[in-house]
Amino acid sequence: MLPRIIPVRETILAGAILALLALIASRFAGFVAPSNLANVFNDTSPLIILALGQMVVILTRCIDLSVAANLALTGMAVAMINVAMPGLPIPVIIVIALLLGAAMGAVNGLLVWKLSIPPIVVTLGTMTIFRGIIFLISGGKWVNSHEMSESFTGFPRAEVLGLPLLSWAAIVTVLLFAIMMARTPLGRSIFAVGGNPHAAVYTGINVGRTQFLAFVISGALAGLTGYLWVARYAVAYVDIAGGFELEVVAACVIGGISIAGGVGSVGGAVLGALFLGVVKNALPVVNISPFWQLAISGSAILIAVAFNARAGRKKGRIILKSAEAKS
Amino acid sequence: MTERAASATAPVVSMDAITKTFPGVKALDRVRLDLYPGQVTALVGENGAGKSTTVKILTGIYRPDGGTIRINGDPIVLNTPNDASEAGITAIHQETVLFDELSVAENIFIGHAPRTRWGLIDTAAMHRAARKLLDEIGAPFGTHTQLRELGIASKHLVAIARALSVDARVVIMDEPTAALSHKEIEELYELVETLKSQGKAILFISHKFDEIFRIADRYTVFRDGAFVGDGLIADIDEDALVRMMVGRAVDHIFPQRDPVVGEDVLQVVGYDHPTEFADIGFTLKRGEILGFYGLVGAGRSELMQALFGITRPSKGVTKVNGQIRVIRSPAAAVASGIVYVPEDRGKQGAIIGLPIFQNITLPSLRRTSRSGFLQLAEELRLAREYSERLDLRAASLDQDVGNLSGGNQQKVVIAKWLATQPQVIILDEPTKGIDIGSKAAVHEFMAELASQGLSVIMVSSEIPEVIGMSDRVIVMRDGRIVAEVTGDEMRPETLVRHAAGIAATPQKEEA
Repeated sequence: MLPRIIPVRETILAGAILALLALIASRFAGFVAPSNLANVFNDTSPLIILALGQMVVILTRCIDLSVAANLALTGMAVAMINVAMPGLPIPVIIVIALLLGAAMGAVNGLLVWKLSIPPIVVTLGTMTIFRGIIFLISGGKWVNSHEMSESFTGFPRAEVLGLPLLSWAAIVTVLLFAIMMARTPLGRSIFAVGGNPHAAVYTGINVGRTQFLAFVISGALAGLTGYLWVARYAVAYVDIAGGFELEVVAACVIGGISIAGGVGSVGGAVLGALFLGVVKNALPVVNISPFWQLAISGSAILIAVAFNARAGRKKGRIILKSAEAKS
Repeated sequence: MTERAASATAPVVSMDAITKTFPGVKALDRVRLDLYPGQVTALVGENGAGKSTTVKILTGIYRPDGGTIRINGDPIVLNTPNDASEAGITAIHQETVLFDELSVAENIFIGHAPRTRWGLIDTAAMHRAARKLLDEIGAPFGTHTQLRELGIASKHLVAIARALSVDARVVIMDEPTAALSHKEIEELYELVETLKSQGKAILFISHKFDEIFRIADRYTVFRDGAFVGDGLIADIDEDALVRMMVGRAVDHIFPQRDPVVGEDVLQVVGYDHPTEFADIGFTLKRGEILGFYGLVGAGRSELMQALFGITRPSKGVTKVNGQIRVIRSPAAAVASGIVYVPEDRGKQGAIIGLPIFQNITLPSLRRTSRSGFLQLAEELRLAREYSERLDLRAASLDQDVGNLSGGNQQKVVIAKWLATQPQVIILDEPTKGIDIGSKAAVHEFMAELASQGLSVIMVSSEIPEVIGMSDRVIVMRDGRIVAEVTGDEMRPETLVRHAAGIAATPQKEEA
């Protein structure tokens, strides 16, 4: 029962990515060399992690526009902690990043749950607030690489089995999400809440609480990514990852996560992120202006949405009993 | 054919050999339907007979694949709802399609408001015209009233006024009485008479036979998307009509039961709510079917929602098997053994997008998981057990519920609740809007549940069902329990009198 009939949407998206790679390879064979593909994956890892967090939020019929601001604030906070206490071990830094991010997600979640404010309004507000707080705590100053400790900036680049830890963070997140969505009551509730919130209430699922938890998950991942991002680029400032939340939402939409909630998969979100990652990394290589990237991402979103709308269209209600027997 | 020749007037609208195919499915197969001026034609058929598709074709929402529609003998093509409205066809839907945020007058004239010389909407003229229309149909509210302030019956009046404003020749009423109280239904009947006297042709769709025989002049029967027959209501009786509808004789007899009523399972004491109900107390015994009767708005559903933890009463105690249970959420209710199958099963029932087995196990996830992880084998076992018990027909339990027929979806919803092994099951209007064949199946099933020791609370507004199924009936009026009747006292007159608050002047009645 587990191996579902191959999910059509994901297969098509994977095909599109492969076709894209083939096209690039025809012009520039070096792009598909394993080492370069590993680089592309590593470069896309933050997007993959955030897209998974965004996915659970979107599945519950919400949206989290504050992820990039959360990432930037957590990144700044841990960078400043590192400057103040260079001896603090990295695992502690990571726990702090997760908790800080989760706390910010919890703020979003509580406002949506307890005050019933529309998620887009809540996260638009907190997005601005988080950016403002970064300015307040940093005084608008940058934290530069020479101020950070070596272990702090070295962690995401440290290689295990030939892959940097940043890539491993994405891989582990994907695996945890695959298990959570398929095999835990929370994962099931997330689908149920998005699929039919009214029915979910009568089933004994607390819709608001489930949405709250989705925001906390999304926030925690944004926090984790905040540390990884700041450490990788070895710099923290007010505007890092500005506008990145839209790329995250785009990855979800391209990956077939229905913006109306209830429909989507871990595989889809990952593929959506990879698609954007490949486009972003390939354009400079084949000498196309990076501004085209925006146009291509935009077109991909529209194509994906149009495609999903077609696929989701009902075949019409089966009325004739004879036809029902045949189907 | 002879009837056609015999009828004095020619039909206003005549659908002939209309066919509509959805991919892979024929929803309508060469059906015909004639509507006559000044007459009410009832369109009768089980769920899925093609009534809604017909309405959608008449109102220009669907385009037929074949056949002709004639208006006063001239063939016409209805490509858009606008075409239909220009042809003088308007519909009053089950859930009235109007705009809550606009005023009554704006709703009546939206799309065809009177204009001033400058092309702007002539507000004064619009309100004058609206007033005139509302007076014609005896609607008491003002034209400036915002629609959302009106109840459903008043909204119907607005919809009818709108129909009159476009000078409709044909008015389609799709289950107009489904959400109305007894008094409101009477008013609607009067209105139908008014429309008839104005020469409108009325297409009336209803599941209620008493209604059809009361106001219809003609009938047309569809079955499984095909035309079965038509004629004058005066020439047919209920039995014959039912036979045409289902293609077999169904005398709807309620299942015979030998209720073995046991100890108290549920005790409700002193339930109060600031606005919905007050002073509610009753007990429910093992294996009993307890009917809750009352007019729409008597507070029955509100009480059930409080029992299920969706709303909170301001005071009151619930005891399950003699133990006090605090029920503050649906989850707590399910844990206490109380489940609630809501009235609006479409909206509140199955979760489309999830496979069948996941729908069934949704309230039982705690039982199907071990140390926080779902056990698929256990889930499938549970789902298989209950889907077999309910004779659910599906290719695979891994199939999306959305691909099931309505009846099978309903089975999934019930299986979901039975899988929680409840002690008390609350069924809110369990047979509302479903056809006679499915009704009998639901009744059989309720009887079976009770015989297995489950206690059933049935909220119903259909008197035959209440009397036929219940061991005991509680009547509510204006948020209070006004009577509890059992045995021979369970007579339609008694229930209606209690529900309507008519002073008990028990007239002798022949059994």
